[in-house]
Amino acid sequence: MTFVYLVVFGFAATALLGLITSWIDRKVTARVQYRAGPPFLQPFYDIVKLLGKETLIPAGASKGAFLIAPVIGISGVIVVSTLFWVNQFFSEGFMGDWIVAMYLLTVPSLSLILGGFASGNPLASLGASREMKLVIAYELPFILVALVPVISAHSIRLGDIINVQAGGVFAGSISGILALIVAILCVQAKLALVPFDIPEAETEIVEGPIVEYSGPGLAMFKLMKNMLLFVLPFFLIILFFGGLRFDGINILWTVLEYLGIVAIITVIRNTNPRVRIDQAVRFFWGPMTLLAIVAVILALKGL
Amino acid sequence: MSLKLKALLKSPWVFHLSTGSCNNCDIEILDCLTPRFDLERFGMLLVGSIKHADVLLVTGSCNRMSVERLKELYKQVPQPCLVVAVGTCAASRGIFKDSYNCPVPLDKIIPVDVYIPGCPPKPEAMIAGVVKLIEKVGGAK
Repeated sequence: MTFVYLVVFGFAATALLGLITSWIDRKVTARVQYRAGPPFLQPFYDIVKLLGKETLIPAGASKGAFLIAPVIGISGVIVVSTLFWVNQFFSEGFMGDWIVAMYLLTVPSLSLILGGFASGNPLASLGASREMKLVIAYELPFILVALVPVISAHSIRLGDIINVQAGGVFAGSISGILALIVAILCVQAKLALVPFDIPEAETEIVEGPIVEYSGPGLAMFKLMKNMLLFVLPFFLIILFFGGLRFDGINILWTVLEYLGIVAIITVIRNTNPRVRIDQAVRFFWGPMTLLAIVAVILALKGL
Repeated sequence: MSLKLKALLKSPWVFHLSTGSCNNCDIEILDCLTPRFDLERFGMLLVGSIKHADVLLVTGSCNRMSVERLKELYKQVPQPCLVVAVGTCAASRGIFKDSYNCPVPLDKIIPVDVYIPGCPPKPEAMIAGVVKLIEKVGGAK
Protein backbone atom coordinates (compact mmCIF):
# COMPACT_ATOMS: atom_id res chain seq x y z
CA MET A 1 0.00 0.00 0.00
CA THR A 2 2.89 2.32 0.75
CA PHE A 3 3.97 1.91 -2.87
CA VAL A 4 0.54 2.93 -4.13
CA TYR A 5 0.45 5.93 -1.82
CA LEU A 6 3.94 7.18 -2.61
CA VAL A 7 4.36 6.39 -6.28
CA VAL A 8 0.86 6.40 -7.75
CA PHE A 9 -0.62 9.28 -5.75
CA GLY A 10 2.36 11.08 -4.27
CA PHE A 11 4.40 11.15 -7.46
CA ALA A 12 2.47 10.20 -10.60
CA ALA A 13 -0.89 11.86 -9.92
CA THR A 14 0.69 14.97 -8.41
CA ALA A 15 3.19 15.34 -11.25
CA LEU A 16 0.49 14.86 -13.89
CA LEU A 17 -1.88 17.38 -12.31
CA GLY A 18 1.01 19.74 -11.61
CA LEU A 19 2.16 19.71 -15.23
CA ILE A 20 -1.41 20.28 -16.43
CA THR A 21 -1.72 23.18 -13.98
CA SER A 22 1.52 24.65 -15.24
CA TRP A 23 0.12 24.48 -18.79
CA ILE A 24 -3.03 26.29 -17.61
CA ASP A 25 -0.81 28.91 -16.01
CA ARG A 26 1.23 29.44 -19.16
CA LYS A 27 -1.82 29.44 -21.41
CA VAL A 28 -3.67 32.00 -19.26
CA THR A 29 -0.52 34.14 -19.15
CA ALA A 30 -0.32 33.98 -22.95
CA ARG A 31 -3.99 34.91 -23.35
CA VAL A 32 -3.60 37.85 -20.96
CA GLN A 33 -0.83 39.09 -23.27
CA TYR A 34 -2.91 38.43 -26.43
CA ARG A 35 -0.66 35.53 -27.47
CA ALA A 36 -1.63 32.02 -28.55
CA GLY A 37 0.42 30.23 -25.92
CA PRO A 38 2.10 26.83 -25.80
CA PRO A 39 0.43 23.53 -26.81
CA PHE A 40 -1.04 21.23 -24.17
CA LEU A 41 1.89 18.81 -24.01
CA GLN A 42 4.49 21.58 -23.66
CA PRO A 43 5.33 21.03 -19.94
CA PHE A 44 5.79 17.29 -20.59
CA TYR A 45 8.13 17.98 -23.51
CA ASP A 46 10.13 20.41 -21.38
CA ILE A 47 10.68 17.84 -18.63
CA VAL A 48 11.52 14.99 -21.03
CA LYS A 49 13.92 17.22 -22.94
CA LEU A 50 15.71 18.33 -19.78
CA LEU A 51 16.06 14.71 -18.63
CA GLY A 52 17.91 13.95 -21.87
CA LYS A 53 20.42 16.78 -21.54
CA GLU A 54 23.93 16.74 -20.16
CA THR A 55 24.57 17.45 -16.45
CA LEU A 56 27.29 20.03 -15.93
CA ILE A 57 28.87 20.61 -12.54
CA PRO A 58 30.47 24.04 -12.17
CA ALA A 59 34.14 24.13 -11.20
CA GLY A 60 33.64 25.98 -7.91
CA ALA A 61 30.64 23.95 -6.79
CA SER A 62 30.39 21.65 -3.82
CA LYS A 63 29.54 18.55 -5.81
CA GLY A 64 27.58 16.43 -3.35
CA ALA A 65 25.26 19.18 -2.14
CA PHE A 66 24.80 20.46 -5.70
CA LEU A 67 23.61 17.06 -6.93
CA ILE A 68 21.54 16.08 -3.87
CA ALA A 69 19.59 19.37 -3.58
CA PRO A 70 17.01 18.68 -6.34
CA VAL A 71 16.46 15.15 -4.96
CA ILE A 72 15.74 16.55 -1.48
CA GLY A 73 13.33 19.10 -2.92
CA ILE A 74 11.34 16.67 -5.02
CA SER A 75 11.20 14.06 -2.23
CA GLY A 76 9.79 16.71 0.10
CA VAL A 77 7.01 17.51 -2.35
CA ILE A 78 6.27 13.81 -2.97
CA VAL A 79 5.96 13.10 0.76
CA VAL A 80 3.78 16.10 1.50
CA SER A 81 1.45 15.39 -1.43
CA THR A 82 1.24 11.75 -0.31
CA LEU A 83 0.15 13.02 3.11
CA PHE A 84 -2.64 15.08 1.50
CA TRP A 85 -3.82 12.29 -0.81
CA VAL A 86 -3.86 9.78 2.04
CA ASN A 87 -5.98 12.10 4.17
CA GLN A 88 -8.19 12.81 1.19
CA PHE A 89 -9.05 9.29 0.05
CA PHE A 90 -7.99 6.78 2.69
CA SER A 91 -8.58 8.67 6.01
CA GLU A 92 -5.28 7.32 7.29
CA GLY A 93 -3.78 10.49 8.71
CA PHE A 94 -2.25 10.65 12.16
CA MET A 95 -2.45 13.05 15.08
CA GLY A 96 -0.51 16.20 14.20
CA ASP A 97 -0.04 15.60 10.47
CA TRP A 98 -0.88 19.29 9.97
CA ILE A 99 2.46 20.12 11.66
CA VAL A 100 4.31 17.63 9.46
CA ALA A 101 2.71 19.19 6.39
CA MET A 102 3.82 22.68 7.45
CA TYR A 103 7.37 21.42 7.91
CA LEU A 104 7.47 19.52 4.62
CA LEU A 105 6.12 22.47 2.64
CA THR A 106 9.30 24.41 3.45
CA VAL A 107 11.56 21.59 2.19
CA PRO A 108 11.41 22.76 -1.48
CA SER A 109 12.58 26.23 -0.45
CA LEU A 110 15.34 24.68 1.65
CA SER A 111 16.47 22.57 -1.30
CA LEU A 112 16.61 25.69 -3.50
CA ILE A 113 18.71 27.47 -0.86
CA LEU A 114 21.03 24.45 -0.56
CA GLY A 115 21.40 24.10 -4.33
CA GLY A 116 21.94 27.82 -4.80
CA PHE A 117 24.69 28.09 -2.23
CA ALA A 118 26.31 24.84 -3.38
CA SER A 119 26.61 25.92 -7.01
CA GLY A 120 29.19 28.58 -6.23
CA ASN A 121 27.71 31.18 -8.56
CA PRO A 122 27.30 34.74 -7.24
CA LEU A 123 23.84 35.10 -8.80
CA ALA A 124 22.77 31.77 -7.29
CA SER A 125 24.05 32.82 -3.85
CA LEU A 126 22.15 36.09 -4.17
CA GLY A 127 19.00 34.20 -5.13
CA ALA A 128 19.44 31.73 -2.28
CA SER A 129 19.87 34.47 0.30
CA ARG A 130 16.78 36.24 -1.02
CA GLU A 131 14.87 32.95 -0.89
CA MET A 132 15.89 32.61 2.76
CA LYS A 133 14.58 36.09 3.61
CA LEU A 134 11.36 35.38 1.74
CA VAL A 135 10.80 32.13 3.66
CA ILE A 136 11.26 34.02 6.94
CA ALA A 137 8.80 36.64 5.70
CA TYR A 138 5.87 34.46 4.56
CA GLU A 139 6.09 31.59 7.04
CA LEU A 140 4.66 33.62 9.97
CA PRO A 141 1.37 34.69 8.32
CA PHE A 142 1.08 31.33 6.51
CA ILE A 143 1.26 29.32 9.74
CA LEU A 144 -1.16 31.71 11.44
CA VAL A 145 -3.79 31.38 8.70
CA ALA A 146 -3.30 27.63 8.48
CA LEU A 147 -4.16 27.61 12.21
CA VAL A 148 -7.62 29.02 11.49
CA PRO A 149 -9.11 25.72 10.18
CA VAL A 150 -7.39 23.89 13.06
CA ILE A 151 -9.15 26.18 15.56
CA SER A 152 -12.48 25.91 13.77
CA ALA A 153 -12.29 22.12 13.52
CA HIS A 154 -10.93 21.68 17.10
CA SER A 155 -8.46 19.14 15.70
CA ILE A 156 -4.93 19.16 14.35
CA ARG A 157 -5.56 16.19 12.01
CA LEU A 158 -6.07 17.01 8.33
CA GLY A 159 -8.61 14.18 8.09
CA ASP A 160 -10.75 15.79 10.81
CA ILE A 161 -10.46 19.19 9.12
CA ILE A 162 -11.85 17.61 5.93
CA ASN A 163 -14.63 15.72 7.73
CA VAL A 164 -15.84 18.69 9.83
CA GLN A 165 -16.31 20.70 6.63
CA ALA A 166 -18.78 18.19 5.21
CA GLY A 167 -21.44 20.30 7.02
CA GLY A 168 -20.20 23.67 5.75
CA VAL A 169 -16.87 24.90 4.45
CA PHE A 170 -14.66 27.25 6.47
CA ALA A 171 -14.41 29.62 3.48
CA GLY A 172 -18.04 30.49 4.24
CA SER A 173 -17.18 32.14 7.57
CA ILE A 174 -15.63 35.59 8.08
CA SER A 175 -12.44 34.20 9.60
CA GLY A 176 -12.20 31.67 6.77
CA ILE A 177 -12.45 34.33 4.05
CA LEU A 178 -9.83 36.53 5.72
CA ALA A 179 -7.54 33.55 6.17
CA LEU A 180 -8.06 32.43 2.55
CA ILE A 181 -7.04 35.85 1.20
CA VAL A 182 -3.84 35.86 3.24
CA ALA A 183 -3.17 32.21 2.39
CA ILE A 184 -3.42 32.83 -1.37
CA LEU A 185 -0.89 35.66 -1.13
CA CYS A 186 1.43 33.45 0.94
CA VAL A 187 1.07 30.68 -1.65
CA GLN A 188 2.06 33.21 -4.29
CA ALA A 189 5.29 33.80 -2.37
CA LYS A 190 5.79 30.09 -1.68
CA LEU A 191 5.58 29.42 -5.43
CA ALA A 192 7.95 32.35 -6.05
CA LEU A 193 5.65 33.89 -8.64
CA VAL A 194 5.38 37.60 -9.49
CA PRO A 195 5.11 39.88 -7.43
CA PHE A 196 7.15 37.72 -5.04
CA ASP A 197 9.53 36.12 -7.55
CA ILE A 198 12.39 38.03 -5.92
CA PRO A 199 14.60 34.93 -5.40
CA GLU A 200 14.55 33.94 -9.06
CA ALA A 201 13.92 37.25 -10.81
CA GLU A 202 14.58 36.10 -14.37
CA THR A 203 15.34 39.52 -15.78
CA GLU A 204 17.61 40.44 -12.90
CA ILE A 205 19.49 37.44 -11.51
CA VAL A 206 18.56 34.86 -14.23
CA GLU A 207 16.48 32.33 -12.23
CA GLY A 208 18.60 32.75 -9.08
CA PRO A 209 19.39 29.50 -7.27
CA ILE A 210 18.92 27.26 -10.32
CA VAL A 211 21.13 29.30 -12.64
CA GLU A 212 23.89 26.65 -12.72
CA TYR A 213 21.63 23.61 -13.03
CA SER A 214 21.32 21.79 -16.34
CA GLY A 215 19.78 18.55 -17.54
CA PRO A 216 18.15 16.20 -15.00
CA GLY A 217 18.86 18.51 -12.03
CA LEU A 218 17.02 21.36 -13.71
CA ALA A 219 14.25 18.95 -14.75
CA MET A 220 13.78 17.94 -11.10
CA PHE A 221 13.59 21.55 -9.94
CA LYS A 222 11.11 22.40 -12.70
CA LEU A 223 9.04 19.32 -11.86
CA MET A 224 9.19 20.24 -8.18
CA LYS A 225 7.86 23.71 -8.93
CA ASN A 226 5.12 22.33 -11.15
CA MET A 227 4.11 19.82 -8.48
CA LEU A 228 4.02 22.61 -5.89
CA LEU A 229 1.72 24.49 -8.24
CA PHE A 230 -0.75 21.65 -7.65
CA VAL A 231 0.07 20.78 -4.03
CA LEU A 232 -0.38 24.26 -2.55
CA PRO A 233 -3.84 24.95 -4.06
CA PHE A 234 -4.74 21.37 -2.98
CA PHE A 235 -3.65 22.25 0.59
CA LEU A 236 -5.81 25.39 0.51
CA ILE A 237 -8.77 23.33 -0.73
CA ILE A 238 -8.26 20.89 2.14
CA LEU A 239 -8.00 23.69 4.70
CA PHE A 240 -10.81 25.96 3.52
CA PHE A 241 -13.07 24.01 1.14
CA GLY A 242 -13.20 20.57 2.79
CA GLY A 243 -10.93 18.75 0.35
CA LEU A 244 -11.60 17.33 -3.10
CA ARG A 245 -15.06 15.77 -3.31
CA PHE A 246 -16.23 13.46 -6.04
CA ASP A 247 -19.85 12.75 -5.11
CA GLY A 248 -22.48 14.06 -7.53
CA ILE A 249 -22.52 17.81 -8.19
CA ASN A 250 -19.63 18.36 -5.78
CA ILE A 251 -17.18 17.23 -8.46
CA LEU A 252 -18.03 20.40 -10.37
CA TRP A 253 -17.48 22.57 -7.27
CA THR A 254 -14.13 20.89 -6.64
CA VAL A 255 -12.93 21.60 -10.17
CA LEU A 256 -14.21 25.18 -9.98
CA GLU A 257 -12.53 25.80 -6.62
CA TYR A 258 -9.24 24.43 -7.90
CA LEU A 259 -9.33 26.33 -11.20
CA GLY A 260 -10.45 29.45 -9.35
CA ILE A 261 -7.47 29.39 -7.01
CA VAL A 262 -5.09 28.72 -9.91
CA ALA A 263 -6.68 31.51 -11.97
CA ILE A 264 -6.37 33.99 -9.09
CA ILE A 265 -2.69 33.08 -8.65
CA THR A 266 -2.08 33.45 -12.40
CA VAL A 267 -3.90 36.76 -12.68
CA ILE A 268 -2.02 38.21 -9.68
CA ARG A 269 1.19 37.04 -11.37
CA ASN A 270 0.31 38.75 -14.62
CA THR A 271 -0.89 42.09 -13.33
CA ASN A 272 1.80 43.01 -10.84
CA PRO A 273 5.40 44.19 -10.97
CA ARG A 274 8.09 42.55 -8.87
CA VAL A 275 8.60 44.03 -5.40
CA ARG A 276 11.91 44.39 -3.60
CA ILE A 277 12.81 41.95 -0.83
CA ASP A 278 12.44 44.58 1.92
CA GLN A 279 9.01 45.52 0.58
CA ALA A 280 8.01 41.84 0.59
CA VAL A 281 9.15 41.36 4.19
CA ARG A 282 7.32 44.53 5.28
CA PHE A 283 4.19 43.40 3.43
CA PHE A 284 4.12 39.96 5.05
CA TRP A 285 5.10 41.01 8.56
CA GLY A 286 2.84 44.07 8.50
CA PRO A 287 -0.64 43.92 6.92
CA MET A 288 -0.63 40.17 6.22
CA THR A 289 0.30 39.17 9.78
CA LEU A 290 -2.25 41.63 11.18
CA LEU A 291 -5.00 40.17 8.96
CA ALA A 292 -3.91 36.67 9.95
CA ILE A 293 -4.07 37.55 13.66
CA VAL A 294 -7.55 39.05 13.17
CA ALA A 295 -8.62 35.83 11.40
CA VAL A 296 -7.26 33.71 14.27
CA ILE A 297 -9.06 35.84 16.89
CA LEU A 298 -12.33 35.64 14.93
CA ALA A 299 -11.90 31.87 14.63
CA LEU A 300 -11.36 31.64 18.40
CA LYS A 301 -14.62 33.61 18.89
CA GLY A 302 -16.30 31.04 16.64
CA LEU A 303 -17.11 33.38 13.75
CA MET B 1 12.48 9.83 -34.26
CA SER B 2 13.45 9.08 -30.69
CA LEU B 3 11.51 10.59 -27.79
CA LYS B 4 14.56 12.50 -26.63
CA LEU B 5 15.05 14.19 -29.99
CA LYS B 6 11.35 14.87 -30.39
CA ALA B 7 11.21 16.53 -26.97
CA LEU B 8 14.30 18.59 -27.85
CA LEU B 9 12.68 19.86 -31.04
CA LYS B 10 9.39 20.56 -29.28
CA SER B 11 10.94 22.74 -26.59
CA PRO B 12 14.10 24.45 -27.82
CA TRP B 13 15.13 27.00 -25.19
CA VAL B 14 17.11 29.81 -26.72
CA PHE B 15 20.10 31.64 -25.29
CA HIS B 16 20.86 34.84 -27.09
CA LEU B 17 24.44 36.07 -27.44
CA SER B 18 25.51 39.27 -29.13
CA THR B 19 29.11 39.28 -30.35
CA GLY B 20 29.35 42.95 -31.12
CA SER B 21 26.24 43.47 -33.22
CA CYS B 22 24.61 46.82 -33.87
CA ASN B 23 21.56 45.60 -31.85
CA ASN B 24 19.18 45.55 -34.81
CA CYS B 25 19.20 41.74 -34.94
CA ASP B 26 18.73 41.59 -31.16
CA ILE B 27 15.66 43.82 -31.37
CA GLU B 28 14.24 41.67 -34.17
CA ILE B 29 14.81 38.53 -32.07
CA LEU B 30 12.75 40.06 -29.28
CA ASP B 31 10.04 40.78 -31.86
CA CYS B 32 9.62 37.03 -32.31
CA LEU B 33 8.33 36.78 -28.73
CA THR B 34 5.71 39.50 -29.11
CA PRO B 35 1.98 38.72 -29.55
CA ARG B 36 2.20 39.09 -33.32
CA PHE B 37 4.64 36.20 -33.82
CA ASP B 38 4.62 34.41 -30.42
CA LEU B 39 7.31 31.75 -30.67
CA GLU B 40 6.10 30.18 -27.40
CA ARG B 41 3.57 28.39 -29.64
CA PHE B 42 6.49 26.14 -30.61
CA GLY B 43 7.72 25.86 -27.02
CA MET B 44 10.55 28.29 -27.49
CA LEU B 45 11.59 30.37 -24.53
CA LEU B 46 14.34 32.92 -24.14
CA VAL B 47 16.41 31.77 -21.15
CA GLY B 48 18.92 33.85 -19.26
CA SER B 49 21.45 31.16 -18.37
CA ILE B 50 23.55 29.23 -20.87
CA LYS B 51 23.15 26.10 -18.70
CA HIS B 52 19.42 25.98 -19.52
CA ALA B 53 19.82 26.51 -23.27
CA ASP B 54 19.35 24.14 -26.22
CA VAL B 55 19.92 26.67 -28.96
CA LEU B 56 22.71 29.24 -29.00
CA LEU B 57 21.59 32.25 -31.03
CA VAL B 58 24.58 34.33 -32.12
CA THR B 59 24.33 37.81 -33.59
CA GLY B 60 27.10 40.21 -34.56
CA SER B 61 30.41 40.01 -36.33
CA CYS B 62 32.52 38.14 -33.71
CA ASN B 63 34.98 40.86 -32.75
CA ARG B 64 38.21 40.08 -30.92
CA MET B 65 36.91 40.77 -27.42
CA SER B 66 33.72 38.77 -27.68
CA VAL B 67 35.22 35.72 -29.40
CA GLU B 68 36.83 34.66 -26.09
CA ARG B 69 33.44 34.88 -24.36
CA LEU B 70 31.81 32.99 -27.22
CA LYS B 71 34.28 30.09 -26.90
CA GLU B 72 33.85 30.08 -23.12
CA LEU B 73 30.05 29.97 -23.43
CA TYR B 74 30.13 27.25 -26.08
CA LYS B 75 32.12 25.06 -23.68
CA GLN B 76 29.42 25.50 -21.03
CA VAL B 77 26.40 24.53 -23.15
CA PRO B 78 24.92 21.20 -22.07
CA GLN B 79 24.90 18.90 -25.11
CA PRO B 80 22.96 18.40 -27.37
CA CYS B 81 23.06 22.02 -28.48
CA LEU B 82 22.36 23.76 -31.80
CA VAL B 83 23.89 27.00 -33.03
CA VAL B 84 22.04 29.55 -35.13
CA ALA B 85 23.75 32.53 -36.77
CA VAL B 86 21.32 35.45 -37.04
CA GLY B 87 22.02 38.31 -39.43
CA THR B 88 24.51 38.91 -42.18
CA CYS B 89 27.24 39.83 -39.68
CA ALA B 90 27.09 36.48 -37.91
CA ALA B 91 26.75 34.56 -41.17
CA SER B 92 29.61 36.16 -43.10
CA ARG B 93 30.79 39.27 -41.18
CA GLY B 94 28.93 41.46 -43.71
CA ILE B 95 30.40 44.92 -44.16
CA PHE B 96 33.01 44.16 -41.49
CA LYS B 97 34.68 41.54 -43.67
CA ASP B 98 37.93 43.52 -43.99
CA SER B 99 37.87 44.96 -40.49
CA TYR B 100 40.98 44.55 -38.32
CA ASN B 101 38.65 43.75 -35.43
CA CYS B 102 36.79 40.77 -36.92
CA PRO B 103 39.51 38.36 -38.09
CA VAL B 104 37.54 35.07 -38.08
CA PRO B 105 33.93 34.40 -39.13
CA LEU B 106 31.62 32.61 -36.70
CA ASP B 107 31.53 29.25 -38.50
CA LYS B 108 35.31 28.96 -38.29
CA ILE B 109 35.08 29.26 -34.49
CA ILE B 110 32.15 26.98 -33.59
CA PRO B 111 30.01 24.68 -35.78
CA VAL B 112 26.89 26.50 -37.04
CA ASP B 113 23.68 24.63 -37.88
CA VAL B 114 21.56 27.31 -39.54
CA TYR B 115 22.29 30.71 -41.06
CA ILE B 116 19.58 33.37 -41.15
CA PRO B 117 20.76 36.19 -43.47
CA GLY B 118 19.37 39.71 -43.48
CA CYS B 119 20.36 43.06 -42.07
CA PRO B 120 18.43 42.65 -39.86
CA PRO B 121 16.42 39.52 -40.77
CA LYS B 122 12.67 39.92 -40.44
CA PRO B 123 10.95 37.92 -37.70
CA GLU B 124 9.28 35.86 -40.45
CA ALA B 125 12.73 34.95 -41.77
CA MET B 126 13.80 33.88 -38.30
CA ILE B 127 10.75 31.68 -37.88
CA ALA B 128 11.44 30.16 -41.31
CA GLY B 129 15.05 29.55 -40.24
CA VAL B 130 13.93 27.86 -37.04
CA VAL B 131 11.55 25.63 -38.99
CA LYS B 132 14.46 24.68 -41.29
CA LEU B 133 16.56 23.89 -38.24
CA ILE B 134 13.87 21.63 -36.82
CA GLU B 135 13.43 19.90 -40.19
CA LYS B 136 17.18 19.43 -40.58
CA VAL B 137 17.76 17.95 -37.15
CA GLY B 138 14.53 15.93 -37.13
CA GLY B 139 14.99 14.68 -40.69
CA ALA B 140 18.60 13.63 -40.21
CA LYS B 141 17.61 11.05 -37.61
